Amino acid sequence: MATSTYLEAGAIREANRPDTARFSLLVRVTHWLNTISFVGLVVSGFGILLAHPRFYWGETGGLGTPSIFDLPLPFMLGGPSGWGRYMHFQAAWLCVLTGLLYAISGLVSQHFRKNLWPAKGQLSWNSLKSDLWNHLRFRRPAAEEAHSYNVTQRLSYLVVVFFLFPLMIWTGMAMSPAVTSVFPFFVRSSGGYETARTIHFFAANLLVLFVLVHVAMVCLAGFVQRTRAMITGRVSGGRVRP
Amino acid sequence: MSGNVSRRKLITTGLTAAAGVAGLGLAAKIADHYGLIPPDWGGIWGPGETLTYATQRLLMANGSVAREFNRSDVSKVVPVSGPQPKTDPYQRLLAGGFADWRLTIDGLVARPSTFSLDEIKRMPAKSQITHQACEEGWSFIAEWTGVPLSYVMNLVGVSEKAKFVVFYPFDASWDSLDLPDAYHAQTFLAYNLNGKDLPADHGAPLRVRVARQLGYKSVKYLHRLTLVDSLKHVGDGRGSASPSYGYSWYAGI
Repeated sequence: MATSTYLEAGAIREANRPDTARFSLLVRVTHWLNTISFVGLVVSGFGILLAHPRFYWGETGGLGTPSIFDLPLPFMLGGPSGWGRYMHFQAAWLCVLTGLLYAISGLVSQHFRKNLWPAKGQLSWNSLKSDLWNHLRFRRPAAEEAHSYNVTQRLSYLVVVFFLFPLMIWTGMAMSPAVTSVFPFFVRSSGGYETARTIHFFAANLLVLFVLVHVAMVCLAGFVQRTRAMITGRVSGGRVRP
Repeated sequence: MSGNVSRRKLITTGLTAAAGVAGLGLAAKIADHYGLIPPDWGGIWGPGETLTYATQRLLMANGSVAREFNRSDVSKVVPVSGPQPKTDPYQRLLAGGFADWRLTIDGLVARPSTFSLDEIKRMPAKSQITHQACEEGWSFIAEWTGVPLSYVMNLVGVSEKAKFVVFYPFDASWDSLDLPDAYHAQTFLAYNLNGKDLPADHGAPLRVRVARQLGYKSVKYLHRLTLVDSLKHVGDGRGSASPSYGYSWYAGI
């Protein structure tokens, strides 16, 4: 039964190989560099947030002015936001440089077009519906998915790479008094300094949500096998679950 | 076949890494020559901090200016961050309306000088309405009036050897600026906030106002400025009190 799924998916050439290439070196290296930088950004971002866990809309806001929401967190001054900032920008540099390498090579090698842009037929309503339904029921992915991305993966990766990360960088730039003195459009287009900060917070939450679902899906698909694939670049044919 | 490919990849990666390390070494030398290395470049956060500082110094090389606003944009609330020093001599000077307060300017200058508050207020004044963000995340817009720091520096004649201005306040938050920021058109010695004398908690009688950096660079309660060629022997050598509390010297972010 399982083999016929393979045949239909047209992945038989790949599947019959005992040891098949899955991820290019560049995708693997940038994946793990980005993992490191993302952890750094989230931890330090949370540290910075603790200095003032209140959010505003517009150019300005502070204690004594109305907020749009307050997080039930303590105001912690003097510690986390200091090392948090040092760490945040170091991690941001790693993230941006890795991201540039990934984006440029992904365009040149056509990785985005071949592997992330939804394949023919994947964008049909039925295909989208069944794929999303499989995800929502936490169904173990079909075996051919060890070799290529399904449509939910493709779409969410595209959103993360081409929308959420650029949005984080854009709103991040909008909060830099030095950068906005040279490029004021970052903050103007964001709707003001405090609005940029609020958008930055929400986009960060979406990215964390993405990572949680991503890790959950990796666990579902076989954590050891998939993680090894992202390290060695190979899926061993014999171990792919039918 | 596939073994060859990965070996080739390995060699290419190795060569790229070696070239990268050599390139970094050269870049560091050039960067230091052009004043692109911050005083707190050491330690584990040094690489990120140096990249930020160097990149922004290059980006802002032609004197970019922070956004300025209208009077109608001025915030109704100007939060206080860190209250006035509770000890003498600050409290004594405050009680005396700062009549006995003096600003000393020394170090690498042709004419070391002291100025009274009245003398500073008689210098050509300028106002600006700018946005100030605290590193914590809150922010406000206010109108600041004062004398451009560049005017005072030209008055005392800064030596060609000088590279930084060190600010000494009555509290422990000493800090410094590099000359591009010190000479910047929006860097003021401010004595007036929103049309009134600077309130004590906002830094009376005189504070720095640095528009292109976070609020904590705008040192309050000033009493002395010193021009130096290096920050290595000032304080703990990291450019300001901030790094010892965990905050970066440069706050352009």
